[in-house]
Amino acid sequence: MITVTHYLMLSAILFAIGTLGVLTRKNAIVVFMCIEVMLNAVNLTFIALSRHVGNMDGQIFVFFVMTVAAAEAAVGLALIIAFYRNKETLDVDDFNMLKW
Amino acid sequence: MEILFFYLVAGVAIISAFFVVKCRNPINSALNLVTTFLCLAVFYVMLESPFMAAIQIIVYAGAIMVLIIFVIMLLNFGQTINGRYTHGVAAAGVVSVLLMLVATQLVRSGDATGTGGPVTSALIADVGHTELIGRALFLDFVLPFEIAGVLLLIAIVGALIIAKQKV
Repeated sequence: MITVTHYLMLSAILFAIGTLGVLTRKNAIVVFMCIEVMLNAVNLTFIALSRHVGNMDGQIFVFFVMTVAAAEAAVGLALIIAFYRNKETLDVDDFNMLKW
Repeated sequence: MEILFFYLVAGVAIISAFFVVKCRNPINSALNLVTTFLCLAVFYVMLESPFMAAIQIIVYAGAIMVLIIFVIMLLNFGQTINGRYTHGVAAAGVVSVLLMLVATQLVRSGDATGTGGPVTSALIADVGHTELIGRALFLDFVLPFEIAGVLLLIAIVGALIIAKQKV
């Protein structure tokens, strides 16, 4: 019998792995992909709890999370392209143009 | 039987998520990320949410991953950042393991309450998941839905302006 706890544990593990990636990787695109892993872990929590509670609201939240993730992917990748064009690198340590 | 299938898919999801973090080549990370998304779609089907599984595959594994792989191919940065690819692994490992321990401890410390809402398995089988989503989206959440449309429009315009060669 699969309980909601199984899904919540899996979601916690996936979120921690995504955090590890965001904190360790240098390539901006890989950091971006790790953020997607974290968003998906949260989506799994939303849907598991939505089914557990018997309410549709959690799944509507997932719908909006997906919308925001799509918008974020479009704008974020455009920023990465513009950055690469200027600096010829994708190292997140070089993302310091706003610092003086 | 079902629990064995759950553990199998969960194992694949966790291992492929780990390889997203570990792989040196961004293309390999992207392909592992697609595997993670497909495993999550399987979970959505197991949770009786087939519409969510469909848009998980169409939007995430389809649109967003194609966009990411397209940018990786377009920039063609080769070996420039693959060599020196991590920093602060020990500290980040400690932080993420702590995060995982706290989260799993919180999950295990009690049972989720509040069952018995209106949406049951019988209702989903009877009405259909897509129709239930549609009812909730277009009756209760019309304004957020419209705002999401405006957000996507602004994102498209912003992406075009940011990525353009000469503004």
